Amino acid sequence: MISDRYSAADDSLVRELFRRFRLDPALVLALTVLMGLGLIVLYSSSAQSMPMLNRQIIRLAIGLVIMVFFAQIPPHTLKFWSPWLYTGGVCCLLLVFYFGHIGKGAQRWLDLGFARFQPSELMKLIVPMTVAWYFTGKSLPLKFRHVIGASLLILIPFGLIAEQPDLGTALLVGAGGFMCLFLGGMSWKLMIGGVAAVGAMMPVMWKMLHGYQQRRVLTFLDPESDPLGAGYHIIQSKIAIGSGGVYGKGWLNGTQSHLDFLPERSTDFIFSVLAEEFGFFGELLILTLYTFILLRGMGIVLRARDTYSRIVGGSIILTFFVYVVVNIGMVTGLMPVVGVPLPLISYGGTSMVALMMGFGILMSINADRRLSPG
Amino acid sequence: MAGVSLNDRHLELQVYKNRVVIAAVFCLLAVLILIIRLLILQIVNHDVFSTLSQSNRLRLMAIAPNRGLIYDRNGVVLAENRPSYRLELVPEEVKDINGTLERLRHLIKIEDSDIERFRKERKRGRPFEGVPLRFNLSEEEVAQFAVNRHRFPGVDIVAGLSRYYPFGAMTAPVLGYVSRIDEDDLDTLDEGNYQATTHIGKVGVEQYYEKLLHGTVGYKQVEVNVEGRVINEIKENERQPVPGEDLHLSIDIRLQTVAAAALGENSGAVVAIEPSTGAVLVLLSKPSYDPALFVNGISNEAFAALQADPARPLFNRALHGQYPPGSTIKPLFGLAALERGVINENFAIGCSGSYQLPHDKRRYRDWKKYGHGPAVDLEQAVIESCDVFFYDLAYRTGIDAMSDYVRQFGFGQPTGIDILGEKIGLFPNSEWKQKRFGEKWYTGESLSVGIGQGYTVATPLQLAYMTAIMASNGQAYRPHVLEATSLPPSQIELLQAPERTAAAEPTAVAGAEAGQAAARPETAIDAPPGSQLHKIPPALQRSVPVVAQRHWDYIRKAMMGVAHDPKGTARGSFQTAPYHAAGKTGTAQVISVKQNEEYDEEKIAKQYRDHALFIAYAPAEKPEIAMAILVENGGHGSSAAAPIARKIMDQYLIARIH
Repeated sequence: MISDRYSAADDSLVRELFRRFRLDPALVLALTVLMGLGLIVLYSSSAQSMPMLNRQIIRLAIGLVIMVFFAQIPPHTLKFWSPWLYTGGVCCLLLVFYFGHIGKGAQRWLDLGFARFQPSELMKLIVPMTVAWYFTGKSLPLKFRHVIGASLLILIPFGLIAEQPDLGTALLVGAGGFMCLFLGGMSWKLMIGGVAAVGAMMPVMWKMLHGYQQRRVLTFLDPESDPLGAGYHIIQSKIAIGSGGVYGKGWLNGTQSHLDFLPERSTDFIFSVLAEEFGFFGELLILTLYTFILLRGMGIVLRARDTYSRIVGGSIILTFFVYVVVNIGMVTGLMPVVGVPLPLISYGGTSMVALMMGFGILMSINADRRLSPG
Repeated sequence: MAGVSLNDRHLELQVYKNRVVIAAVFCLLAVLILIIRLLILQIVNHDVFSTLSQSNRLRLMAIAPNRGLIYDRNGVVLAENRPSYRLELVPEEVKDINGTLERLRHLIKIEDSDIERFRKERKRGRPFEGVPLRFNLSEEEVAQFAVNRHRFPGVDIVAGLSRYYPFGAMTAPVLGYVSRIDEDDLDTLDEGNYQATTHIGKVGVEQYYEKLLHGTVGYKQVEVNVEGRVINEIKENERQPVPGEDLHLSIDIRLQTVAAAALGENSGAVVAIEPSTGAVLVLLSKPSYDPALFVNGISNEAFAALQADPARPLFNRALHGQYPPGSTIKPLFGLAALERGVINENFAIGCSGSYQLPHDKRRYRDWKKYGHGPAVDLEQAVIESCDVFFYDLAYRTGIDAMSDYVRQFGFGQPTGIDILGEKIGLFPNSEWKQKRFGEKWYTGESLSVGIGQGYTVATPLQLAYMTAIMASNGQAYRPHVLEATSLPPSQIELLQAPERTAAAEPTAVAGAEAGQAAARPETAIDAPPGSQLHKIPPALQRSVPVVAQRHWDYIRKAMMGVAHDPKGTARGSFQTAPYHAAGKTGTAQVISVKQNEEYDEEKIAKQYRDHALFIAYAPAEKPEIAMAILVENGGHGSSAAAPIARKIMDQYLIARIH
């Protein structure tokens, strides 16, 4: 990876800038390369729509600005604000619950007049932050009652988001919280017990699922059962990926995507476009970059200064990777279609904000460690 | 991990590191699973998905072949394909179809029937394919629409080919017409080959030779999107359609025109045949209809009007009209009596204007009140159309012998013309009467038959066919309108057999026909520039046995007398002719018109004049043309029908040469 960054010999202006803005050059490089690749794929998937491309570039730029901004906030400041943010977030979710804007059959948005925003997205960050804050001062590994307490902190927003209904985001929020529990040393027995408990609750949860969610799960189990209906997305996506072959059909030559067979091809299913046009090697490149980011992030959190940073940072980087795995698992037919975008590549701004905030926090944790190595 | 001391930061870090490593292992495992999954999809199953992807996007689109053209014997085009414009609407692209239709109607004339048809076809159509709304837009309408096109998304003008019959109604009895494929057609036609075809031959030559005329469908591969809309055409995989065969008919359109003009305003039919081949030169029925009406879907009102028209334009008199042959059949009875030895050339009877059967008080009148003289022989009887002579002849010959003989001349059977639906007429015999009415035959009935009345009916085609057989000394060639195509005849035999035969009953003749067809070498005739044409060999159906040639010559002479003798019934028409014609006039009583159509009997009662008939061939010595002419309610054959024959013969025998 990156060699000794304290060496004065290669202390160029760029390095100085990175250091001043508390950024990790390796991570920034990997992120921007991914963003660039994403734009290339988006150009193709959007049928070469420059307006879409421009919008995405602006979003990415804003995302980078947000990242830089959050990199300036020291972890202990975040820790201080965590409970307040959590309270505010849950209030927002309640507001959405009662007054939210309905789009695509789900109530997720809060209209602020000048902009609409999705509180559930921010909860992806706020929940781990709060759980990590909750862990502070408590000895690790976690005691049972602490696990229960943390679980409550997770389940409240989880329930509110699942009710919107946005099961995908709810699960990711839950996953973010669970990562904290896991990293906090929650005992294996408890985890297994929890999984068993969730398994036991499955029939009840199944009843609580909305019709389209039930259908999604069912078609996930047997996509061919409804090739023209709900299973259509998965089948067409698999055709796109499979027909891409080793080298792909070439940029802008994907027939599945360009002839509209592939649904949601700029957003949730953008990986299929990439797979169709760039083939197996294109996918390997993307997966390598994601894995690099994962390992780099892990390197950062392993050397983080305090528990809060470790837990939040670890949760952020793991959740990020969960997105990647869930999205690719979804488009390849390994997982149900839950509507998780491919980080940094999928078209869309909402998930980008939380994502780049997360990387900003990660950078901050990195910088914090650097300033006072401990 | 159980016994970790509470505030040991080092151990705490150790736990954390453990968990991170475990998480990393999980993550890398997940990546590995994804990679394996991708390997399976992209490399192991690549072919499967590749095929699926191809079939997803590629679709074969049928291209309709151009329908074969139809020419007359001199290369004059009788049916062609003309560029035409039609208005099409793509339902998937139009939000408010009713509103759009309403607005379109302000711009372009769209009948209710058009809309009705549009709605019907819309149900059948494929997504993103235009559904025709109006056909044959005029240049003006095309321009009108072009200006307003932006107001009508999803509506467009499409150029195509549309069948056009330059001679219109005059050729309709022969050619029939093509019309939109309907539900019934869908049951019988080869759907693959007709995928892009909109029209099919419904009547006449267009129907009979549908398989030849249609051609073979072509394909182009197109790339479509998920909605089925064509995005791109792929040139490499194109298969051009094979155009239909051009048909060269034996019809002589100039002759047909002359016949139509000669018939004037009268209703009637003219059929002219080349006796040496069976080639049909003229096939005319008047009044007729404009086939263009049917090509693009006739409106219900227009069709009802055609059907209700007392002049019955849809009725093809030449093939479907069954009329008593009247006196035109007399020469044949004369020939029958001679050949069967009932009488000889010297036989004569006295004619006083009426006839009585032995032991029967009933008087059978002659058309000439005071008779034809004390010694009327067969020749005079034919020339003057003496009824009494033929009463006596019928009595002497007997119905069954008459029937046996005249059947050889096609009565009561299909002629086998290559147009579907011909009526077979009727020639009675005792067996038929027993079967039909459960009664024995009365001799008195023979007398009516003897002068061409009674039960006997024949179509004008059958009369022309009879005349042709008499003209060719008993050689019966199948009447046909198809003269030549670019295909060798052996292939046509396979192709033409129509599945939807209306009247074709298998006859004993068929075998002989096939045998003859095979025996004759095919001949190639001079073709218009381009391809070589193969002439269809004449099909000899049978040869009427000739007992004595002098009997035939005798009848020929008698029939020449009809045209040229000072007493001949048709002398007025032929005394100035520079060639010799042989003919016979006839008059058919209208009562016998018994087609199965419902029309006002009172109206018909006013038009109760007899039908005028004339059969003839010429030159009498070496016949080149034989014909039958029917003028409905024309009165006498001599005055109404014979002059038409003269004009046709003049055109065919004289004008053709000069």
